[in-house]
Amino acid sequence: MNLEKGILNKDKRAAARLITMMESNDPEAIRIISKLYSHTGKAKVIGITGPPGAGKSTLTDKLAKRLRQENKTVGIIAVDPTSPFTGGSILGDRVRMTDLYTDPGVFIRSMGTRGHLGGLSKATLGAVKVLDIYGFDYIFIETVGVGQSEVDIVKAADSVLLVMVPGLGDDIQAIKAGIMEIGDVFAVNKADREGANRTQVEIEMMLEYNHSQWKPPVTQVVALHNKGIDDLYDNIIKHLNYLETTGQLIEKRQQNSELEIIDLIQRDLMERLVGNEEKRTTISEMARMVANRQLDPYTVSDNLVKKIIANDNF
Amino acid sequence: MARPIRVLVAKPGLDGHDRGAKVIARALRDAGMEVIYTGLRQTPEQIVAAALQEDVDVVALSILSGAHNHLLPKVVDLLKKENVYDEMLVLGGGVIPDEDIPGLKESGLAEIFTPGTPTQVTIDFIKENLKRGL
Amino acid sequence: MFDKEKLAKIKQDQANWNENKVEKTLSKFPERRKKFVTGSNQEVKRLYSPADVDGLDYDNDLGYPGEYPFTRGVQPTMYRGRFWTMRQYAGFATAEESNKRYKYLLEQGQTGLSVAFDLPTQIGYDSNHPLSEGEVGKVGVAIDSLKDMEILFEGIPLDKVSTSMTINAPASVLLAMYIAVAEKQGVSSDQLRGTIQNDILKEYIARGTYIFPTGPSMRLITDIFEYCSTEVPNWNTISISGYHIREAGSSAIQEVAFTLANGIAYVEAAIKAGLDVDTFAPRLSFFFNAHNDLLEEVAKFRAARRLWAKIMKERFNAKSPKSMQLKFHTQTGGSTLTAQQPDNNIVRVAIQTLAAVLGGTQSLHTNSKDEALALPTEDSVRVALRTQQIVAYESGVAETIDPLAGSYYIESLTDTIEKGAMEYINKIDTLGGSAEAIEKGFIQKEIMDSSYEYQKQVESNDRIVVGMNKFQVKEESPKGLLRVDPVVGELQKQKINQLKSERDNQLIEEKLNKLREVAQGTENLMPYILDAVRAYGTLGEICGVLREVFGEYQQSVIL
Repeated sequence: MNLEKGILNKDKRAAARLITMMESNDPEAIRIISKLYSHTGKAKVIGITGPPGAGKSTLTDKLAKRLRQENKTVGIIAVDPTSPFTGGSILGDRVRMTDLYTDPGVFIRSMGTRGHLGGLSKATLGAVKVLDIYGFDYIFIETVGVGQSEVDIVKAADSVLLVMVPGLGDDIQAIKAGIMEIGDVFAVNKADREGANRTQVEIEMMLEYNHSQWKPPVTQVVALHNKGIDDLYDNIIKHLNYLETTGQLIEKRQQNSELEIIDLIQRDLMERLVGNEEKRTTISEMARMVANRQLDPYTVSDNLVKKIIANDNF
Repeated sequence: MARPIRVLVAKPGLDGHDRGAKVIARALRDAGMEVIYTGLRQTPEQIVAAALQEDVDVVALSILSGAHNHLLPKVVDLLKKENVYDEMLVLGGGVIPDEDIPGLKESGLAEIFTPGTPTQVTIDFIKENLKRGL
Repeated sequence: MFDKEKLAKIKQDQANWNENKVEKTLSKFPERRKKFVTGSNQEVKRLYSPADVDGLDYDNDLGYPGEYPFTRGVQPTMYRGRFWTMRQYAGFATAEESNKRYKYLLEQGQTGLSVAFDLPTQIGYDSNHPLSEGEVGKVGVAIDSLKDMEILFEGIPLDKVSTSMTINAPASVLLAMYIAVAEKQGVSSDQLRGTIQNDILKEYIARGTYIFPTGPSMRLITDIFEYCSTEVPNWNTISISGYHIREAGSSAIQEVAFTLANGIAYVEAAIKAGLDVDTFAPRLSFFFNAHNDLLEEVAKFRAARRLWAKIMKERFNAKSPKSMQLKFHTQTGGSTLTAQQPDNNIVRVAIQTLAAVLGGTQSLHTNSKDEALALPTEDSVRVALRTQQIVAYESGVAETIDPLAGSYYIESLTDTIEKGAMEYINKIDTLGGSAEAIEKGFIQKEIMDSSYEYQKQVESNDRIVVGMNKFQVKEESPKGLLRVDPVVGELQKQKINQLKSERDNQLIEEKLNKLREVAQGTENLMPYILDAVRAYGTLGEICGVLREVFGEYQQSVIL
């Protein structure tokens, strides 16, 4: 299978394989994506996050169906945590989206948080580019809103939907500390439960400190019963339009690209520093000396970095 | 470090007995694999679409309704039609009479695991019979 | 049950025995294992004595058969009056073939019918639906319309048999068909006896043949409660089932806990719908599993009876003793059967039969030895039925009531199971009740953990399953398994086509529109479903209308 031709010809197999290769940090995939990079940028990328059990997958399913009504095509990347103990994972987000499987205008891909040779954000952002090249109009990245790496990948979207549910209590405090500020649009899901209004007010109060021109709207929805989806959909579209008309979309993408470049540089440097057994042994050796107070950590790190800069290796 | 083995665990047909599917999903996870679980009542078309998009190495089908002779070969046929069969190992599990197994294998199932098969046997089979490298 | 002084002496003697006799023996002959556990991983002590039941109060905790808290049984004479109902679950292929099997079973001395439906029927699809492809008639009989139901019970007088129907999501429709068949036989609905399973919560938890979301499903259930309380008063309107929860891999405690928690949810829903607890509670029935750990299972049944009585009395203020009686059907454990050396399954089933009978079951289905392989053949069904008859007529265990009561081990285990179940029920209450706990995946995850633990024990040979991980032999493939002719699917399709060309389609249209309208409101759905059934509307058409209005349930998967 010629992947380059395949992806340009909207072959889902090619898209699927390229994502697999991105997850393995395969240079061939990076070469192809680099070559076809000018084909990206057309898709609108929407990040969806929130606490576990907030109903993100169900909401993603409904929003995707809403977009299909408009004849828009949708790519979905669903990220689930990997067990830190076994390295394995069970990715179950698809269970909520079974009606979409056979829709030719939809592509769903599940990813575990670990096991990516080049790091989670490199893999997921690579996957986004693959689906963008393929030509999906909208791309969702859905992930649980805990952990810095998950938050990072959602931040890379054009628009971020934060999903809350009533009655989280202390959780909302914990979440607000980390990710409230990245939400462009808010949904209070399972709004048929007690406390939905209160949750909405709490979110709105927190957002009062936000002085930007865009006031993130808060929509109550019951994703399971398809209630409030139209309103939420409108708000997401409004935000995307706002970004475009104010020129902020390109600004935001520039910021995101900057973060992405820095992340790639960091990974690249780390790779060169500790990317093989021999280099890790060198570091362990030095660590032993640091622990024995024969060396200090600052000098060690300074010397290693200088070596990379001087020789392009060490 | 190789990438993890990706396995689609699916239940074709209408039966709701997913104890076996869930046990095997957990066992494969604990063996370090990435398991994509698709839930109950999957049509062959849905299973194949998921397998293709997820680019899995293994498609594991659990069925207890007695409709295996109808549904399992259909999954294989659709995988072939989509040109992905050559890279995917297709396994069946559930209440499947011995006398049906040769026919299912002939139709393209790599192995059938009947009740009482230790999960380790399935894990080993997968590791030894993958159709493409990691 | 013992006075303080006597108890103190027993405790002292036991300590001495332990020190002098046991320790000495252990040093020479260590026990088979470090820790002994029951079939569902409860630790088992070396010896039980009065010290283990020192809190037992005979009157309050055990009492007398037929009296609160019903620990010893729900009827005053139990099997001395009459044996439990021997009821083999059967049904496959077409209504014609199943009808033949029922007549055979009745001739063989079976005393009640139990109908198995195929999966499309259980999920409310007609045989010609695309998802029905390959499934028609496989695990039970295919019923598409009243026409099939008429054939199914042809020549069987419905005022003479009691019929149990394993049907849940579309229970209203199948019950309506049963009532309509009776009408045609000239039997009025108040003469009908039987049970519909009608337990949707355990479908969400374990069995998987759900259709509608929780809210509308609970409404359909309470509509049935209400309708039957006046129209079909001798019908058991629900069979709250732990059977499938256990089959999904739960422990005995979890089986009791989650079943009774579901029971609580139904009672609450009915009360909320305005029904008086004592009008519907006497028609609630239960359905449990019987596994191989004989004594644990007996204790489980006793614990379930006592706990339910307390719940009904204390939590729901039921007044009628009938509301407090936990009456139950038992089926021997399908998941305990092995595909290896299937003859061994006959012995397992015999032990499980004893457990059910010693536990005081009201009716029993015994599995056939070949069920781990395929549908049972006529011969193996007969052996399964004979197993019950041997226990009834030859074993002697049915001659006195609750014969294991007073065993220190049994009473202690009964307590442990009741307490463990109560703890779970409290936790489920905290989560907001059974429906919420299911949506959050709590119950499924607890069961999954037990089931995975069991699997690991078997695979590490920590738990022995004879013939499977020990004492294996080389075996020939079994021959002569029952197969359903794939032609059944085509036959059913033809029947539907014929029906649709013969019936009054205008009338159906009207009835279905009316049903849609009522479904959108709050009126009781039963009379309208019955109307649609009488006009020969198909199961798929009726459920289709309800699907439109109610939507479909989405499974919650937590692994």
